[in-house]
Amino acid sequence: MSDSENNQAFNYAASVDCIEQRPATERQITGQSPLHHADLGTVAQAQLGQTGTVQLTELKLLGHLILRGRLDNVGFTSGVKLTLGLELPGTLQMVVDGDISIRWISPDEWLVVVPGERSYEIEQALVNNVQGHCAVINASGGQTILRLQGEDVQKVLQKSVPLDVHPRSFPIGKVVTTVFAKTQAVISRTGDQQWELVIRRSFSDYVWLWLQDCSAEFKLVITEQ
Amino acid sequence: MAQQNRLIEGGRIARDSQINFSYNGKTYPGFVGDTLASAMLANGIDVVGRSFKYSRPRGIVAAGAEEPNAIMQLGATEATQVPNVRATQQELFAGLVCQATNGWPNVEFDMMASLGTVGASVMPPGFYYKTFMYPKSMWNTYEKFIRKAAGLGRSPLEADPDRYDHYNQHADVVIVGAGPAGLSAALEAGRSGARVIIADEQAEFGGALLHSKQSVNGMPAMDWVASVVAELAELDNVMMLPKSTVNGYHDHNFLTIHQRCTDHIADRAEKNQSRQRMHRVRTKWVVLASGAHERPLVFGNNDVPGCMLADAVSTYINRYAVVPGKKLVLMTTNDGGYQAAFDWHEAGREVVAILDTRSYQGTDTSAVIDRARELGIKVLTGSAVVEVQGAKRVSAVSIASLNSQGDQLAGPVSQLSCDTVASSGGWSPAIHLSCHTGSRPVWSDQVIGFIPGETVQKQLIAGAIGGTFDLQSCLAQGTRAGAEAANNAGFTVDATASGATAESVAETAPMALFHIPHPKETSRAPKQFVDFQNDVTAAGIELATREGFESIEHVKRYTALGFGTDQGKLGNINGMAIAAKSMQKTIPQTGTTIFRPNYTPVTFGAIAGRNCGELFDPKRFSAMHQWHLDHGALFEDVGNWKRPWYFPQPGESMQQSLERECLAVRDSAGVLDASTLGKIDIQGPDAREFLGRVYTNAWAKLAVGKCRYGLMCGEDGMVFDDGVTACLADNHFVMTTTTGGAARVLEWLEIYQQTEWPELEVYFNSVTDHWSTITVTGPNARKILDQVVDDIDLSNDAFKYMDWKAATVMGVPARIFRISFTGELSYEINVQANYGMRIWEAVMDKGAAYNLTPYGTETMHILRAEKGFIIAGQDTDGSVHPYDLGMGWAVSQKKPFSFIGKRGMAREDCVKEGRKQLVGLITADPKKVIPEGSQAVDDPKQSIPMTMLGHVTSSYYSACLGHSIAMAYIRNGHNRMGETVFYPQADGSAIEATICSPIFLDPKGERQNV
Amino acid sequence: MFYIYCPHCEEHREEEEFHAAGEAHIPRPLDPENCSDKEWGEYMFFRTNPRGIHHELWVHSVGCRKFFNMTRDTQNYEILEVYKIGEKPSITSAAAKLPAQSKVQEGV
Repeated sequence: MSDSENNQAFNYAASVDCIEQRPATERQITGQSPLHHADLGTVAQAQLGQTGTVQLTELKLLGHLILRGRLDNVGFTSGVKLTLGLELPGTLQMVVDGDISIRWISPDEWLVVVPGERSYEIEQALVNNVQGHCAVINASGGQTILRLQGEDVQKVLQKSVPLDVHPRSFPIGKVVTTVFAKTQAVISRTGDQQWELVIRRSFSDYVWLWLQDCSAEFKLVITEQ
Repeated sequence: MAQQNRLIEGGRIARDSQINFSYNGKTYPGFVGDTLASAMLANGIDVVGRSFKYSRPRGIVAAGAEEPNAIMQLGATEATQVPNVRATQQELFAGLVCQATNGWPNVEFDMMASLGTVGASVMPPGFYYKTFMYPKSMWNTYEKFIRKAAGLGRSPLEADPDRYDHYNQHADVVIVGAGPAGLSAALEAGRSGARVIIADEQAEFGGALLHSKQSVNGMPAMDWVASVVAELAELDNVMMLPKSTVNGYHDHNFLTIHQRCTDHIADRAEKNQSRQRMHRVRTKWVVLASGAHERPLVFGNNDVPGCMLADAVSTYINRYAVVPGKKLVLMTTNDGGYQAAFDWHEAGREVVAILDTRSYQGTDTSAVIDRARELGIKVLTGSAVVEVQGAKRVSAVSIASLNSQGDQLAGPVSQLSCDTVASSGGWSPAIHLSCHTGSRPVWSDQVIGFIPGETVQKQLIAGAIGGTFDLQSCLAQGTRAGAEAANNAGFTVDATASGATAESVAETAPMALFHIPHPKETSRAPKQFVDFQNDVTAAGIELATREGFESIEHVKRYTALGFGTDQGKLGNINGMAIAAKSMQKTIPQTGTTIFRPNYTPVTFGAIAGRNCGELFDPKRFSAMHQWHLDHGALFEDVGNWKRPWYFPQPGESMQQSLERECLAVRDSAGVLDASTLGKIDIQGPDAREFLGRVYTNAWAKLAVGKCRYGLMCGEDGMVFDDGVTACLADNHFVMTTTTGGAARVLEWLEIYQQTEWPELEVYFNSVTDHWSTITVTGPNARKILDQVVDDIDLSNDAFKYMDWKAATVMGVPARIFRISFTGELSYEINVQANYGMRIWEAVMDKGAAYNLTPYGTETMHILRAEKGFIIAGQDTDGSVHPYDLGMGWAVSQKKPFSFIGKRGMAREDCVKEGRKQLVGLITADPKKVIPEGSQAVDDPKQSIPMTMLGHVTSSYYSACLGHSIAMAYIRNGHNRMGETVFYPQADGSAIEATICSPIFLDPKGERQNV
Repeated sequence: MFYIYCPHCEEHREEEEFHAAGEAHIPRPLDPENCSDKEWGEYMFFRTNPRGIHHELWVHSVGCRKFFNMTRDTQNYEILEVYKIGEKPSITSAAAKLPAQSKVQEGV
């Protein structure tokens, strides 16, 4: 059985195995996002210039880092702040600063999204800067983000998620993990008519089929990042 | 054909839009704005179906959801068939095609009719129970006949081409019903800014006002409705849902609303449009303003077409400009019923008489009687219709006077000629939704009906549902309820607003009368129907009580009163009153059955929404799925995952593919996509301690860089999952689980950490989707790895069995685990899933020189069975502990903490002699594969039932060994090595097998260690 | 369909996001080895299944993944309170005098 006070002192970085998971830049190897097979790029080219009432963009190959830790562990919170320059957001909140965002997932869990090419640098910095009992987990290969934008997106979401997406209950800056059709998603409102869905890789094809079907009565347009 | 019953003017129909529809193969005209029922009546269609049990001809009785007879089969094509549509609720559209549901061979000539008319005694209640119970073997024959005769509608044989939607809604106030009370409530709640949903099953808002001649706020009622609808439409916070039935009222103010979006337009919806929607609504407050259903009176032959509800007659005349007959006799227990006669008279048709069942003392009269007499209509007080004459249409009625209680006839029977009998026995509040919540209805003598009882829901009622039938009071109650609901939901309402007003009318008290007496006793009188849809008669209910059914719930089940799609909308109160009287009790003493969802039938399409076809169940794919597709894999469902099952080559049988894949692995190398295995990242200073508690074996000394296999048991000591866990760093592990068990294992770890051992500092996160796992296995695995691994020494000395190493594979960082599920030299390459496909392709490319063969789950199963490795969930079923599996080596009894399962597997039953134990089997005939699930016996010639020893869990033909192999449970099997058992088969044969160790290949494990 | 307040997410969510995990407040015996078969059986298999107030363990499985306790009336499904693991219920059947309720039968 451990003693929390002692654990504050242990060197987190030395106790875990954090490795670079992306190929060296000079190898010029690009990854395949979960929706690679759907070839959204070609669809987007064909729809170039069109505006949909539902616009879908895959924000692909970003760095997804899960943080676990307690807010009363200063070694954890200050390490995150030091690394990201951001405070950990409170319950159901998301903060964005440039190309880095943090989503609240649970009282002891957050999702940090960073540019793909900086993911190891930031992961390593987090691992080195935090102290005590906490965890940094790279989940970049396991999920992707879909950005939905347009006047009918709220209706698409009403068809897909059981919780209330009305602005009175779901203002800009809120984030929830919830049921999405028969899978799940981390959903945040990033603008009046703009939303982001973090979805799991293995379910991404299902979500893509679902969104197309759900949007059939609207105008779905695919755009590229 | 002319619409002979259509009035020249009036009604809310579009006379410039005449459209045609087809009923039972014949074409008829109607108008936009008609319901199917109003159009049928306009065309003089009397018979719309045959009754369920007696096959009697039936006509339209009502004008709304309570209609019991006009149940149609709709659809112009096979694919668009919809059963159980009420003609009274279906809006007419051009080209509508419908058929009567009941009636074989057709409604006009019915084979079954003889049964129905011959005698009442032929099919009493309980007839089916009593008649068709014996002999049991005949049931299948009976059932065919009963189903055909009953004709409950049919489902389409082709796929439904339409789309259906689900919408999740959240509201502050949901108002059910858009009559005067509901509209008043909506206005008040809407003005407060609350999010309001108001739903009504009708095509138009207005409820009873749609056919009313009353005024509201000094204007015609429908003008007021129009002004309210216009104001609500301006409010962004109000959603109006006409053509939308609130079908269910569930826990915590959750309502389901069935909206028919295009059913009024065409046989099927336009492309991409949803035909129907199911709104799933969560709301803070509910206002039930669902109104009331008029109650018919029960009298002899009251089901003959032409017998209708009084208010339905008014509705057809005023709303649809259809007079459903020529000569009306009206029978009523209340003032409201008179309106039907006034409307009939105004339409220029003959009112033969009004029979008011109430007795008036001396010169007493009432406003409605005076008005009737002014119009020259004959009013007979203290009188009733006792019986109807006619078969397919009313031709006359027998009438008689009643005593003042209405329970005995007080005079001789006389005849009146007529073709329509309208009756009103008062109004039954539509309390169905209130009952859905478990609220027990309460009888009100004043209302002469049940009203909603106490509820735990945040719910208010307004208008007729509470027994308030006066328009002014309905408007006032609605206004108050809307304000209160909004206020309760946290919105400020204008307390001074008074709502709309209407003229109050003084009424004479109605009479509590349900069942009109007949000169003959009930059992000998012509059938007096209580529940038309289920053919329940007054005599049937009396018989049930005589036979000893005292609980109203039992009477209901015995007679079928209030069953099915009808849910007792018309018949329940009458039935209970008859049962009560027969048992000499009051209605409240007898009690009521309650209603359950759905209020009216809901299509399967609306229930399914878009969760059908490809979207029925999510399919999970690995990062290499496209490759598998491109290379002809057949797939197996494992949980939601689609895993390659095997990769057939052209011309191969399944068995040939499996043998080829197996031999390739044993002879050279094979490759498996193992990405679907659950993977859990475990971090924290207490991670190691935690593993020791949830696995049966020891973890304290597992070094960094090492992997270990573990068995996971429940507290009962039974194995439920297994897998390999690697120590990545001192406080850092990655656990693998079975593909199907991943979510369960993660929740298992969490529940123990969060609820039992919160002091243990450890975090669990799923990384299943993050890693792609490529298993390269076989004698040549190392040679292939050498080709793709850039930077580490793969020799057996440097990289041992059960080690893992970080490495770079074709430029991509990887963790490689040297673990084996085939018994061969094996490496599992894990790379971030974004690079999974690239590395898979590179491995395939470099492996080609070694005949690297992709294989699927079926081959994996054979390969592991050759080694005797279990698959949790196939070789375990929740009733076996590690010792039963012969895996005592994976249990450490020395660990200081009493790990999960330790106490359980020490229970008396778990340590007793003679438990079923996992063993191997070799068949006497090496080619014979014992079917999985086969039961072992010692003596196949013993008499049935045989003494069974255990079943086969895994069974395959092993190409590598040249004979079949099986894993099986045998009672006390570990002590029976070398003995013979038999597996009797369905064909009478028995397969002989010898018990052996389940490790068939390489028992010393040398191949994986090379 | 319940509407459940998650004490960790601090708002109501639909039941679809949750899993029920059985009766609450059944701690694992600290010394399983010294439990008799009967005691172990009680822990493993026997539950109160009360009519009325019941304390249950739930997990916000498609949400924050946290377990919590719920006090619920099994007669009318009202959720009376939710509270975190380690906390005690403020409403118990001993404390609350339930109004006598007539048996509600289901329709067919």
